[in-house]
Amino acid sequence: MNEQARPVSDEPQMRRRVEMVVNGRPRSAEIETRLLLVHFLRETLGLTGTHVGCDTTSCGACTVRLQGTPIKSCTMFAVQADGLEVTTVEGLAQGGKLHPVQEGFKEEHGLQCGFCTPGMMLVSAALLEENPNPTEAEIRFAISGNICRCTGYQNIVKAVQWAAQKTQSGQAATTVA
Amino acid sequence: MYPAKFEYFAPRTLAEALSLLEKYGDEGKVLAGGQSLIPLMKLRFAAPRALIDLNRIEGLDQLVEEAGALRIGALVRTKACELSQLLHDRFRALGDAAPQISDPIVRNRGTVVGSLVHADPQGDWGSVMLAVGARVEARGSGGTRTVTIEQFFQGPFASALQPDEIVTSVVVPDPGPRASGTYLKLERKVGDFATVGVAVHLSLDNGRVRRAGIALTAVAPTNVKATKAEEALAGAELNDSSIRNAAELAAQAAEPRSDLRGSADYKRHIVQVFTERGLRTAAEAARAA
Ligand SMILES: Cc1cc2nc3c(=O)[nH]c(=O)nc-3n(C[C@H](O)[C@H](O)[C@H](O)COP(=O)(O)OP(=O)(O)OC[C@H]3O[C@@H](n4cnc5c(N)ncnc54)[C@H](O)[C@@H]3O)c2cc1C
Ligand code: FES
Ligand code: FES
Repeated sequence: MNEQARPVSDEPQMRRRVEMVVNGRPRSAEIETRLLLVHFLRETLGLTGTHVGCDTTSCGACTVRLQGTPIKSCTMFAVQADGLEVTTVEGLAQGGKLHPVQEGFKEEHGLQCGFCTPGMMLVSAALLEENPNPTEAEIRFAISGNICRCTGYQNIVKAVQWAAQKTQSGQAATTVA
Repeated sequence: MYPAKFEYFAPRTLAEALSLLEKYGDEGKVLAGGQSLIPLMKLRFAAPRALIDLNRIEGLDQLVEEAGALRIGALVRTKACELSQLLHDRFRALGDAAPQISDPIVRNRGTVVGSLVHADPQGDWGSVMLAVGARVEARGSGGTRTVTIEQFFQGPFASALQPDEIVTSVVVPDPGPRASGTYLKLERKVGDFATVGVAVHLSLDNGRVRRAGIALTAVAPTNVKATKAEEALAGAELNDSSIRNAAELAAQAAEPRSDLRGSADYKRHIVQVFTERGLRTAAEAARAA
């Protein structure tokens, strides 16, 4: 992560214009400085895949990736992301193809209500980039900041294992129906 | 939850950040990882007029060894400590504590220094730093000063930092040869604060204790050193009876309160068990170091 290298506007105000690259696309808006990143994504940009669960930094439903690193978007101001790159769950599928982690959640039934799923998948995708072949314990440790009240985690772990195997065997992802 | 309005600054240099802090005085707040400050702002327990974000300042994220000592810059995230081989090898109490603090996503943002300035008696870094005898380096309009970690903690959520000061780094002294440590934490679940935490640091000299550092989390109004236990160990041979004696003294240093996480008696007992266990673990590792 290299936040220092990015350009940032020097104008101090309670409103300011921010520019960031969200899911590969440059986005810009004038916003209040107190606007949380999660509300910027959901309300300003209409990217409602990022969920608000607890709003108190505890559940991980609002997880997005900032410069590749998973962060809780309910606990960062949108102005802090000025000039940086953000990936949300909408950015996981590439060129009409599901990300292996998305496929894994589908194949292994890694979700029930789906509320925790965007955060779970972004954290899992980040894990597999760092550690392509994690043990079950490593998967459980990596998702320990994300709370799921439905699944009991078992199928989430299986979904991540499925994605790891899929990525390792280098098979092409299936096309979105 | 929406925080109150504020002016946001993202200075590129420490000098700029300091002049902003001087301008706004106690109406200005420094933002590091934001994992304590932003939740407080959302609840409006904090409503600074100006937020001075340190994240764009270069050079504050250094986690480096300097002549045997360890320098932790103001932007070093707890995650960086978790991943550091240096901490694992030479500053073991720190390396053992890091993966037990908050949760993996919060650790990606939260900084060691931010945790110390926040001065939460339930914070884990505070006890670790007390055990290893760290120093805090602060810069303000009056220049740079160094504060020992004991002097730094003034009360619950109160540090010795002046409103115009920024902590630039925390420095852990060279532990020397035959040294190690550990951190034991009892928590109800990942991401919960400690029910009890015990940090232990030991250095040995010919089988005797050269220096012992023991500090406790969540059992007093601040992170607190178990001074009597440390003194009893200094110069002593490390054996069952000296370890048990130190663990009893550490339990006496705790002033826990009964709450949802457990009764006072239970917490005091855990301090004793963890101190004993921590000393045995640290002793074994120090002998091998
Ligand atoms: C869900 C959750 C669970 C957590 N669990 C734990 C836990 O188990 N153990 C634990 O120890 N902590 C825990 N924390 C706290 C977490 O570790 C915080 O990140 C940390 O305490 C503060 O670091 P920060 O960098 O986020 O500081 P910030 O929130 O940015 O700042 C905290 C305070 O320090 C000041 N400050 C920060 N940096 C400087 C500086 N360089 N100079 C001067 N002032 C400064 C700020 O003005 C503010 O007052 C938890 C937090 C959350 C949200
Ligand atoms: S909504 Fe952000 S952590 Fe729960
Ligand atoms: S699937 Fe319902 S919260 Fe995880």
